[in-house]
Amino acid sequence: MKNEKIINEMVQKLLSGDRRMAARLITLVEDEAEENHEAMKQIYPHTGKAAIVGITGSAGSGKSCLIDHLIRKFRQQGKTIGVVAVDPSSPFSGGAFLGDRIRLQSHSSDDGVYIRSMASRGYLGGLTRSTHDVIRIIEAMGRDIVIVETLGAGQDEIDVIHIAQTCVVVTTPGMGDEIQALKAGLMEIADIIVLNKADLDGANTCIKNLQASLSITSFEEGEWVPQVIPTVAVASKPEDIRGIDELVSGILEHQKYLHISNALERVKFERVEQELGLIFKDELQKIIFKGLKGTGKKKKYIKSILEGKNDPYSVVEEILGSYLITDGERRNG
Amino acid sequence: MDKKITKESKGRHENGSQQETPFKNLSGFHIKSLYAPEDISQFNYETDLGQPGKYPFTRGIYETMYRVKPWTIRQLGSLNSPAEANQRIRQLIQMGSTGVSICLDMPTIMGRDSDDPLCEGEVGSAGGVAIDSLADMRSLLEGIPLDKISINFVSNSQSSVILAMFVAAVEERSFPIERLTGTMQNDILKEYQAQKSYYFPPRPSMRLTIDTIKFCSQYLPRFNPISISGYHLASAGATPVQECAFTLANGFTYVEEGIKAGLSVDSFAPRLSFFFKVHNDFFENIAKFRAARRIWARTMRDKYKAKDPRSWMFRLHTQTSGSSLTAQQPENNIIRTTIQALSAVLAGTQSLHTNSFDEALSIPTPRSEKLALRTQQIIANESGVINTIDPLAGSYYLESLTNKMESECYRYFETIENLGGVISAIEKGFFSRTIADSAFKYQKKIEEKKRIIVGLNEFVEDEEMDIELRETDPEFERRKVADLINLKKSRDQNLVKNLLNEIREVIQGTDNIMPSLVKAVKSYVTLGEIIGVMREVFGEFREESIY
Amino acid sequence: MTQGKRIRILIAKPGLDGHDRGAKVVARALRNAGMEVIYVGLHQTPLQIVNAAIDEDVDAIGLSILSGAHKTIFTKVIALLKKRGVPKVLVFGGGTIPKKDWNGLKSMGVGEIFTPGSDTSKIINYLNRTLKRDKNV
Repeated sequence: MKNEKIINEMVQKLLSGDRRMAARLITLVEDEAEENHEAMKQIYPHTGKAAIVGITGSAGSGKSCLIDHLIRKFRQQGKTIGVVAVDPSSPFSGGAFLGDRIRLQSHSSDDGVYIRSMASRGYLGGLTRSTHDVIRIIEAMGRDIVIVETLGAGQDEIDVIHIAQTCVVVTTPGMGDEIQALKAGLMEIADIIVLNKADLDGANTCIKNLQASLSITSFEEGEWVPQVIPTVAVASKPEDIRGIDELVSGILEHQKYLHISNALERVKFERVEQELGLIFKDELQKIIFKGLKGTGKKKKYIKSILEGKNDPYSVVEEILGSYLITDGERRNG
Repeated sequence: MDKKITKESKGRHENGSQQETPFKNLSGFHIKSLYAPEDISQFNYETDLGQPGKYPFTRGIYETMYRVKPWTIRQLGSLNSPAEANQRIRQLIQMGSTGVSICLDMPTIMGRDSDDPLCEGEVGSAGGVAIDSLADMRSLLEGIPLDKISINFVSNSQSSVILAMFVAAVEERSFPIERLTGTMQNDILKEYQAQKSYYFPPRPSMRLTIDTIKFCSQYLPRFNPISISGYHLASAGATPVQECAFTLANGFTYVEEGIKAGLSVDSFAPRLSFFFKVHNDFFENIAKFRAARRIWARTMRDKYKAKDPRSWMFRLHTQTSGSSLTAQQPENNIIRTTIQALSAVLAGTQSLHTNSFDEALSIPTPRSEKLALRTQQIIANESGVINTIDPLAGSYYLESLTNKMESECYRYFETIENLGGVISAIEKGFFSRTIADSAFKYQKKIEEKKRIIVGLNEFVEDEEMDIELRETDPEFERRKVADLINLKKSRDQNLVKNLLNEIREVIQGTDNIMPSLVKAVKSYVTLGEIIGVMREVFGEFREESIY
Repeated sequence: MTQGKRIRILIAKPGLDGHDRGAKVVARALRNAGMEVIYVGLHQTPLQIVNAAIDEDVDAIGLSILSGAHKTIFTKVIALLKKRGVPKVLVFGGGTIPKKDWNGLKSMGVGEIFTPGSDTSKIINYLNRTLKRDKNV
């Protein structure tokens, strides 16, 4: 195990903006290395300042292209950027094919842009927890904006995108993408809904559908009403690219709203609340399994459940009773 | 995503039994142990085959086929410097070649000048010619009898500029351009699908292609402005049926775009030509050619309402399979190439390029190149297979296979249609993904010995083998760059600027770009400069991530 | 599913040519062998490759080169890795690279070279062996 001092040196370098250190610290998170706790403890105080933008949408919706444009615009405004692009791991081999950089490689010679591809893996503490940590590391690097990109498939990824302060959901005309997104609950978390490929047939109908679905939701006064922004991220001619400036100002407007309305405090509170819960769950499970290790009890419990003599709820109650709750019960009693 | 992986891993288990594979062809069709009359029970000679030279041209597009004129023996004639390539073309003519293909070096293929910093180390690479300006084109063609040999430019995204230089160079020699024969590959769709030497998004690239087709139909009536190429799809991993279906779909797309641009279908369809690969499976290849001719004829007549029978003809150049050649026991490649070439001839190709046996190891030597050429001459003169036209017609197996190839092509057409057509399917990454899938499956089969390649995964010998590349002569690169810098300095800079501005204006509008290009190259505006302006106007293309 | 270290590999096609069949087949085989493959695609400059390798903290960089420009490209990539303070990243290559160039490339720091037709299992074994990282802790 690396000692505190080495970690401290790494963190100091990170704070000075060293991308190699950011990259290595992220690997510690990804590998769920033991040093990670120490590192995150030291990093944590230096985070919480960046604007976090989540971008989600199905494969082929053009997310990477949009991000490519966003990076360019934000860089023109002098802002530094971090990108975390999450793609699924193969459930069979555990490997992953991470291809988002294909679209983003033109930024890889820009010091103001840090891009990290991340496989969803089968994180013990869940993808959401690791993503929290990765974002914190990029924040500590001093980036102004952190963009998190996911496919938005499954609850896990929806949770990930929920970390973001500003959540952008990307959909495309036709193929019923917007219906899928509605069903998946993605629209409920969207602050901005982008209809990309808005030059395709059916775009107008699609925008109407999206607006209609928003209009039946009631918003309180002063509450943020999600914007629907049509974009064309890829076009035959550069001048046919549309909606990028609108998207940038949409994101900035939402950020401004968060600041003015004090919603930012709530979002930040929720972020820490979620983080705390996840770490608790994860660590608790680790402690308990560690305690059971080598005792043969875990196997016995599982067998007793399989034989119908017991059930998981009773087992958990029993274990928690003997390990942890005793103290509280004593106090309550 | 999850679903896809499940399928793939399930496939792995299903393939656990090895028996079936030897009886499947490369397209994955099951081949029965015996074919009999019931396998072609619906067979109708008139409508399914027809006489050679008659609709639907299944038996060949010409009435007399090789009885009057054998296929064109078309070998590669390119070397890094235009002057050396010129020597090589002269040699090929002397050895009896009637056509020649000119490959370009990587910088030219990518639309960049030799002095572009991105091109360092690649000028004159991979046995291709570096063409920066009209000076290079002039030196490439010097003294070549343009009426005796047809030149095929293996040029794609940069075709409009290469065509402009070709026209300018020929005009200088007072050779009437309306008599020019030859071909510009000019197939940009397959660049996005497989070959990946694209610059702009598909739609502006298509516009340039249509401009060249229009220009040729007006001024170069005997020149083929496009050769729609399945070869590269197959090299990237497409199976024969995918090669056939995707190439035809691309062909139909060019037809539709031409019609959309206001051309009458019969004004340009007779000059569309095709380029296929012939791979290891002998009969599968013949079925592929025959099915392609039939599908093309039927679709051109019935769907696109072409009236001129020449618009119905699927005219084909063929090359033996470079990707079938092994670096191990390289002499085996002579036999592979011979079988493939025989298959192409029995399938009725219009021209043929045979690969040299050492191509998996190096740029061919003069000896291996001569052997490749002689292979064709032996088939033509000694084997007797050309004595009668389409000798395999009526074979239960072949006709049944041709039918199967045809119906499977229609299934792919439907898939592409559902994706919104070829260009839209490109934008969705359909072709890249399908072809990469096929390449991966083929590799797995080789590694698991479910497909045997002699000398590679069976009958293997311990041998020292090596790959030898023709050195990209650093002196050549330095010289070429220096020459180009001098040429650029010697020009009237204001004129160059004005000509580039004119190009910019024309491509921002809808007029044909060709006249402005011809005008510009005459004043030595370079390929890289022109493509540079186009990049600014059209933007650049990057492919979707494919998984 | 699994906890612990995973091998991360950057696969790139430097230079001008677009023949990405081999790069894609290898990328997929490595993924199926449990590695995380960061695929950056075509026409990559040495600087883009090295910066991506740093950001992604990869264990190795695989370059597929068929254009004959292997000497120029490997030299630049390895020099940049040193300059940027990450000399330990393993660099390996594939494509049409003549044997007579191998010694030169290896002494420059290229780990291994795979010719066309190499079994993907050979590449996987090489990476597992060389990187000595446990895939499934």
